[in-house]
Amino acid sequence: MTDAEREELRRHGILLTSLEELYNWGRSNSIWPIQFGLACCAIEMIAAATARFDIARFGAEIFRPSPRQADLMIVSGTVTKKMAPLVVRLWNQMPEPKYCIAMGACAISGGPFKQGYSVLKGIDRFLPVDIYIPGCPPRPEALLNGLIKLQEKIKGEKLTGPNAARHVRADVNNEHPIPEYGAHDLVPSKNTALWSPPAPPTA
Amino acid sequence: METVEQIRDRLLARFPAAAVAVVTNPGAAAEHALLLDATHAREIAEFLRDDPVLRLDYCSNVTGIDWPEKEITDTVKTTVADPAGGPAKVVETKTVRVEPGYFEAVYFLYSMAKKHGPVIVRLRTANRTDAVTLPSLTPVWRSCDFQEREIFDLFGIVFTGHPDLRRLLLWDEFVDHPMRKDYVEPDDYEWEPTAHGDVLARAQAHQAAVAAAAAAAPSAAMPVVNPTPSAS
Ligand code: SF4
Repeated sequence: MTDAEREELRRHGILLTSLEELYNWGRSNSIWPIQFGLACCAIEMIAAATARFDIARFGAEIFRPSPRQADLMIVSGTVTKKMAPLVVRLWNQMPEPKYCIAMGACAISGGPFKQGYSVLKGIDRFLPVDIYIPGCPPRPEALLNGLIKLQEKIKGEKLTGPNAARHVRADVNNEHPIPEYGAHDLVPSKNTALWSPPAPPTA
Repeated sequence: METVEQIRDRLLARFPAAAVAVVTNPGAAAEHALLLDATHAREIAEFLRDDPVLRLDYCSNVTGIDWPEKEITDTVKTTVADPAGGPAKVVETKTVRVEPGYFEAVYFLYSMAKKHGPVIVRLRTANRTDAVTLPSLTPVWRSCDFQEREIFDLFGIVFTGHPDLRRLLLWDEFVDHPMRKDYVEPDDYEWEPTAHGDVLARAQAHQAAVAAAAAAAPSAAMPVVNPTPSAS
């Protein structure tokens, strides 16, 4: 059956769908982010929840105060090296399926504080980031756009086969080691399984 | 409100053993400060808080300053009469003295009851190396708590009598005090695309040093230039 025929049936009130599609539709429209903000970007995230931008339209309005009840971590703001182990611990406490949005220049790369001694140069050194939202800060619309992109990603996930999503596979562990505090930096300063620095220029 | 000079005179009358001086601020704001000696600072602070005229019941802000050692050139002009009877000559003699460095904690005090302020109080450590202790004023003003911890964290001033002196912004394992003017950042930058040429140059020098150390001693776990295993 083609998509057009299926659309035709849908117009007559007959809904044909696959379990995978139904399951992903349900999950993508009921994302519960963890209630957790780190710096100025968190203010934009809060604004996205207000009546004007209304993140509730996307089923993501229930900001959970516990990682056990959340499936989306919006890393919104500057991740200091002091905070980074706690961010990773919260991630580890979230049950699968779980997703990570890096919101703002700081969460992506350290942003304006990139060369500082106290700021992590990107949360993707320790967590698998699904969506990057650039900006300093990104506007609430940008966060909503990132959320829509995440929903598209969830809707495209496979439940079976070799490309099955992470959370239905028994062989992938998405818990990541929590770095220790060192004399100047975190030890290790990155999770090499997730991230490695770009090669220095040879010339 | 009384001027700083009046406050100083009252303090000197009340605490004859204490050394209280006025530090003038030549800036436009002209926020002159009272420099207290560390031994009497607690008593004087309590006096400033409880004195019925001043009633400085609120400490809005505490900050630290690092004054590194500096050379000061004093120029003395003397007029020497010419023995031959000509016009007198002006001779300049320059002496260079070294002013030792110290840390300073600066407290901004206001009165909620009397609606006046600020009165600025400064405390100085004896030097920048081993005698970096000052009395804590947290027992006098609760609001000093976090700010004295921040100064301890970033400048390394030790406040005796503080109820909970721990690092505030950095983690306990952190070595050094980054707001000191002689702080050298650890040289553990990784190469990253950056617009800042000097950062890139430094990162490349660091990479070369790491590579050289690795070539010299392949078994050494960690090159000396890189105390943390971040750059590889
Ligand atoms: S990206 Fe900009 S707005 Fe967001 S936390 Fe960093 S500095 Fe603040």
